[in-house]
Amino acid sequence: MGGGGALLKIDNIHTSYGVIEALKGVSLKVKEGEIACLLGANGAGKSTTLLTICGVNKPTKGQITFFSRTINGLPPHEIVEEGISLVPEGRRVFPMLTVYENLRMGAFVRRDKMGIEEDLESIYKNFPILKERKNQMAGTLSGGEQQMLAIARALISRPRLLLLDEPSLGLAPIMVEKIFKIIKDINKSGATILLVEQNAALALEIADYGYVMETGKIAMEDKAEKLLKNKKIKEIYLGG
Amino acid sequence: MLLQQIINGLTIGSVYALIALGYTMVYGILQLINFAHGEIYMIGAYMGIIAITFFIYIGLPDISIALTLVLTFLAAIIFTGAYGITLERVAYRPLRNAPRLSILISAIGMSIVLQNYVMLAQGARDKIFPHELKIGGELIIADAHITYTQVLIMALSVLMMSGLTWFIKKTKVGMAMRATAQDRRMAGLLGINTDRIIVITFLIGSILAGAAGVMISMYYGIVNFYMGYTAGIKAFTAAVLGGIGNIPGAMLGGILLGLLEALGAGYISSEYKDVFAFAVLVLVLIFKPTGLLGERISDKV
Ligand SMILES: Nc1ncnc2c1ncn2[C@@H]1O[C@H](COP(=O)(O)OP(=O)(O)OP(=O)(O)O)[C@@H](O)[C@H]1O
Ligand SMILES: [Mg+2]
Repeated sequence: MGGGGALLKIDNIHTSYGVIEALKGVSLKVKEGEIACLLGANGAGKSTTLLTICGVNKPTKGQITFFSRTINGLPPHEIVEEGISLVPEGRRVFPMLTVYENLRMGAFVRRDKMGIEEDLESIYKNFPILKERKNQMAGTLSGGEQQMLAIARALISRPRLLLLDEPSLGLAPIMVEKIFKIIKDINKSGATILLVEQNAALALEIADYGYVMETGKIAMEDKAEKLLKNKKIKEIYLGG
Repeated sequence: MLLQQIINGLTIGSVYALIALGYTMVYGILQLINFAHGEIYMIGAYMGIIAITFFIYIGLPDISIALTLVLTFLAAIIFTGAYGITLERVAYRPLRNAPRLSILISAIGMSIVLQNYVMLAQGARDKIFPHELKIGGELIIADAHITYTQVLIMALSVLMMSGLTWFIKKTKVGMAMRATAQDRRMAGLLGINTDRIIVITFLIGSILAGAAGVMISMYYGIVNFYMGYTAGIKAFTAAVLGGIGNIPGAMLGGILLGLLEALGAGYISSEYKDVFAFAVLVLVLIFKPTGLLGERISDKV
C-alpha cells in the first residue's frame, strides 16, 4: 500500500453499553504513516472508539477496515495479530509481573525469538529506566515509568497502528514532554498512530490530522495546524 | 509417634495440595470456585482402578509393575483432563458474562451431575483397589514406618508441583496465565487468547486432581462416588488457608492441613479428623480471609 492511503477506516460505527449508546455513528480515517489525534471532552466516546477498534466492544452497526480488511467482529487477540496495539487508558501494566515479563507478554503474538531479543535491547536503550528495573514488579514503578512500560509493551509487538489513550494523563509536565517525544520518534520509525488526548495543544502540535468528538459523534475534523488556529477549538480546548 | 504422624500428614497433605492447586488456579483467573473440582479428583480415582483392572486383565503387571503404574496414572490424567476441559466448555464458558450466582449454581449442579453419573455408571458400593498392585514394603526410620506407597505419593507430588512452578514461572504460556489472572482484558489486548488460557488452566488443574485421585485410591485402597465431596472441601480449605488464587499458597496450605489433620488424629482423636479442616476454614475466614500468602481480599464469591 502506497503512502497516504487509509490504513484504518472507521465507517459509521455505533457502540452501546447496555441502553447507553456511546458511539452514534463515528467515521474517521487514519492514513499510513501519520499521527492522527482524537480530541474531546470527558465522556465524548474517545476511549470507546479505541476499544471498538480493538474488538473489546462490538459495534452494533458500521464497519471498521484495516488494510482493506474488515476487522469488526474479530476478538481482540486476533486484531492484535493484524497489527494493531493499544496503550489503554490508565496504562494497565500487569502489576505482579516483572517489567521484563510485561514486555515479553507484549511480544506474545511474535514467534521470532531472535527478533524479540533485538527489539528488547533497543527498547532498553530507548527506555534505560526499564532496563534498570527489568526484574522489578511493574506495580512498583512510578506512574511515568508505568506509562513508558505500557508504551514499550505495545511497541514490542511491532504494530502497524498504535493506539494511545491519554498517555499524558496524571504525569508531571517533564514526563509528558518525554512521552510526547517518544511518540514522535515511534512515528518517525514507521508506525502509524491514533492518539487520544485531553491535552489538545500538545496533541495537535505533533499530529498531522485531528478529529474532535462530541457526545458520540465526530463534530469537527481538519489538518492539525488548521485546528490549532480554529477559533472554536481555541476557546474550548486550548483555553482561549 | 510424632515422626509417624508427620509422615502421614505429609502424604495426605501432598494430595490436598495437588487438588487445592486446581481450585486456586481457576479462582485466580475466573474468581470462580469450581465446586465440581472434587468430582474430577473422584473420577481420577475411579479411572485409576478401572485402568489397573484392565491392565491386570491383559497381564501387564506380570511384565512390569512400574510400567503398569505409569500407564495407570497416564490413563487417569488423560480422562480427568478431558473431563475438566468439557466441564469448562459446558458449564462455565456459556456463562462467562453471567451473574456470579448463576455460575455458582452451574458449578454446584455439575458437581451433583458428576457424582450421580459415576454412581449410576460404577454402582453405589465402594470399589477396592486391586490387591495385585499394592506396592508392598516400607522404610523404617526411627520407629516410623514409611510405606513405599507414601514415598511414591510424596515424590510424585513434589515432582508435579515443581513442574507446575517451573511452567508458571518460566514458560510463555505460564506467563500468559499469570497475566490473564491479573487483567484478562489487557491480556486479550496483547494478543493472548484468554479463552484458551482458561482451558489450559482447567486442564492442568484436572490433571493434578486426577493424579491425586489415583494416589488416594492406592493409599486408602478404596474409592466411592462421594469421596470428592470431603476431599474437595478439604482442598478448598487448603487453598483458602494458603490464600486463594495464590499457587505457592495452595501447596503450603495443603501440606499444613495434612499435617494438622494427622497430628490432630494422632494426639487428640481420629474421630474428629474431618472436623479440623472445617475448623481451620472457619478460623481462617474469620481472622485472615486473605490466607497465609494471599494479598487480595477474596470477597468475590
Ligand atoms: N463500561 C461502561 N459501561 C457503561 N457506560 C460506559 C462504559 N464505559 C464508558 N461508558 C459511557 O460511554 C460514554 C463514553 O465513554 P468513554 O470512556 O468512551 O469517553 P471518553 O471520551 O474516553 O472520556 P474520558 O476523556 O473521560 O476518558 C460515557 O458516557 C461513559 O459514561
Ligand atoms: Mg477515555
